[in-house]
Amino acid sequence: MSTLEIKDLHVSIETEQGTKEILKGVSLTIKTGETHAIMGPNGSGKSTLASTIAGHPRYNVTRGTITLDGEDVLAMSVDQRARAGVFLAMQYPVEVPGVTMTNFLRTAKTAIDGVAPALRTWTKDVKAAMQLLRIDADFAQRNVNEGFSGGEKKRVEILQLELFKPKFAVLDETDSGLDVDALKVVSEGVNRAHATGNMGTLLITHYTRILRYIKPDFVHVFVDGQVVEEGGPELADRLEEEGYDRYATGAGAATIAAAAAAQA
Amino acid sequence: MTEITTEKARIGAPSAQPFINGFTEEGENLSPVNTGTNTSTTSEQAPSAGPLAGASAKSHSHGGGVGVPDSSRAGRLTSYKLADFKPLTGLEEDWRFTPLKRLRGLHNEVLSGSAPSVAVTAPDGVVVETVGREDRRIGLAAIPEDRVSANAWENFTEATVITVPAELQLDGEVSVLLTGTSTEASAQHIVIVAERFSKARIVLDHQGSAIVSENVEILVEDGADLTVISLQEWNDDAVHASSQQAKLGRDAKFKHIVVSLGGDVVRMTPSTRFTGPGAEAEMFGLYFADAGQHLEQRLFVDHAVANCKSRVLYKGALQGRNAHTVWVGDVLIRKEAEGTDSYEANRNLVLTDGARADSVPNLEIETGLIEGAGHASATGRFDDEHLFYLMARGIPEDVARRLVVRGFLNEIIQQIKVPALEERLTEAVERELAASDN
Repeated sequence: MSTLEIKDLHVSIETEQGTKEILKGVSLTIKTGETHAIMGPNGSGKSTLASTIAGHPRYNVTRGTITLDGEDVLAMSVDQRARAGVFLAMQYPVEVPGVTMTNFLRTAKTAIDGVAPALRTWTKDVKAAMQLLRIDADFAQRNVNEGFSGGEKKRVEILQLELFKPKFAVLDETDSGLDVDALKVVSEGVNRAHATGNMGTLLITHYTRILRYIKPDFVHVFVDGQVVEEGGPELADRLEEEGYDRYATGAGAATIAAAAAAQA
Repeated sequence: MTEITTEKARIGAPSAQPFINGFTEEGENLSPVNTGTNTSTTSEQAPSAGPLAGASAKSHSHGGGVGVPDSSRAGRLTSYKLADFKPLTGLEEDWRFTPLKRLRGLHNEVLSGSAPSVAVTAPDGVVVETVGREDRRIGLAAIPEDRVSANAWENFTEATVITVPAELQLDGEVSVLLTGTSTEASAQHIVIVAERFSKARIVLDHQGSAIVSENVEILVEDGADLTVISLQEWNDDAVHASSQQAKLGRDAKFKHIVVSLGGDVVRMTPSTRFTGPGAEAEMFGLYFADAGQHLEQRLFVDHAVANCKSRVLYKGALQGRNAHTVWVGDVLIRKEAEGTDSYEANRNLVLTDGARADSVPNLEIETGLIEGAGHASATGRFDDEHLFYLMARGIPEDVARRLVVRGFLNEIIQQIKVPALEERLTEAVERELAASDN
C-alpha cells in the first residue's frame, strides 16, 4: 500500500498584478484503494492542487510538503513524479504536434515501466482498452489529441490511466464538458482502474454528477484555497442539494448579500 | 521572356490598387535582414509577398491607369547572362529574406574558386560524363532566374552530366557525392537526364566546406520516372545557393526531395516545369535550422500545360537563437493548364524562443477549369505546455523533444525510400537536436 501525503501546502502564482497565493495551507492524505473527491466552486484552487502535485512549472510551492511513501515529491521533476506513480488526467489536454498516439503511448509506457512493453501483448492491451472506452481504432494513428473533441480528449486521458497503471490518479475535472454517455464511459474506466485495488484516486470536480458513477470514500470541500469541510459520501449529497453558497463567508458572503439586495 | 496575362486570381495577393508614388507594396513586409535594423525575432508567418518581378516590370499596367501589381511569377526575369541581372541590394522580392552579407561573394564576385569535387557511384548502364561549357546538353532544362544562379552559369568550367538511358530501370540509386574543400566562391554545374521510360533515383550528397553557387538541370523525358534527393549536410561554415530546375515531358513522374541540415547559409530554389500533359511532380523538403543558421527554400511549380498534377510539402524545425528559415512556394497555373491538380503546404515547428520562420505560399490561377488547387502554411510552437504534457507521462525532456521532432519530420524522411539514407538522416536530425541543447 502507498500513501500520498500533502501537508500544509501553500502555492502561489505570478500574475501581472504580482504574486497571488492560491492554496493557503492544504493537508490531505490519500492511500491506495481510496477515492477522495475534492469539490468546490470555481477559483477555489482545486485545479491548482492537481497541477502542483504533477509539478507544473507555473505553480510555486511556498510552504508545505508533498510526499509519496515518504519520498519528497516536490524535489522530483515532472517526469520523475510520473515514473514514481503519479498520474494527472488533465482538464485541458494539449494537442502535441507530430506524435502519433501509438508512438506516444508506447514511449510513455516504456518510460514509466523502465522497459519497453512486449509488443504483442501491448498492442492487444491498447486495442482492448480503446474498445472499452469507445475510442475509434483510427485514433491510434492520429497525433496526440490533435483534432479530438473535448469528450474524446477526456477518454484518451482515462485510456492512459488504464494503461499506465499509476499508484495515484489525480483527475482534474475529467467530467466537465462530457455528456451523460461519455461520463458513464469515462467513469467505468476509472472504476476499472480502481478495482485493481492498487490505485488511490483524487477526483476533482465542480459538479456532483460524476459521483453518481464514481463513489468517493471521502469528500473534501475546497473554498478559497483551503479545505473548509470534510466528510463521507453523504457530504456530496448535501452539496448537490445546497450548492456551495453556505460556505461563502466574510467578504464573499457580503458580496453575495449585496448582489441579492441589488436584485431585490 | 516576359508574358503577362490579363486574367488572374492570385490568392493571398493584395488587391489591385493604384500605386502611390514612392511607395512599393512590399515596403511594409520587408524583412529586417537587409535593412540594417534590428527587430525582435519571433516565429511568424509573413503575409503574402509583393511583386515577384521586381522593378523589371513595374511600368506595366492595365486599363484606366490603375496599376496591377505585376506580381506574376511568369514575369520573372530569366537569362544566361550575369549582366542582365542588376546587382543585388537585398530589397528585391526574391532576396529580401536572404542575408547578403553572409553570401561570401556568390552574388558579386567572379566564382573562380574550386568547386566541390564530384564522385559518382552508379549502377551499370548509367552514363556519367564530365563535359565542357559547349556541350549540347547544357541549358537543356534550365535558365537562371536570379543573379547568383547566373553568376554560376557564367563561371562554371566543367559540368557533370548523368544520363539514365531510355527504358533503363534502376534498382539501386545513383550516388553523387559533392565534397567541398575550398572556401573560395565557386560555381558548380550538374545535368541529370532521365531518358524516355527510364526509372532512377539520384542522390546529390553535399558535404564538407564550400562557398558555392550550383545549377542543377534535370530533364525528365516522356514517361520517365525520376527521383532526385538533394542533401545539404555541409559543415557549419558552408554557403550554398542551389538552383535545381526540372523540365518534365509527357507522362513523366518526378519526385524531388530537399534535405537541408548543415551550412551557414543555404538557399535552395527548386523548380518544376511541365511541358507535356499527364505528368506528375512531388516536391518534398525538410530543413532543421539551429542557432544562427539561415536555411531558405523558394520553389516554383509551373503548370504550363493541361492535366498535370503537383504536390508540395516542406517541413522545417527551428531551434536556437537567430535560427531563420524561409519558405516561399510559388505555384502558377497558366491559362493553358486546364485540368491541373495542385496542392502545396509548408509546416514549421519552432522549438525555442529566438527563432524565426517565414512562410509564404503563392498560388496564381489563370484558368477556372482545374481539378483543384490549394495551399496551406502553418507554423506551430513546441512550448512548455506540450513539454509538460509529455513529461507528466513519465517521458524525460530530451526524449520528449526528440519524439516531437522525429514525428514531425519523419513524414518527409520516409519519402526517401533508401533505408540506409533514411537512417542516416534520422540520426542527423537527432544530432541537430542534441547540438542545440545549450
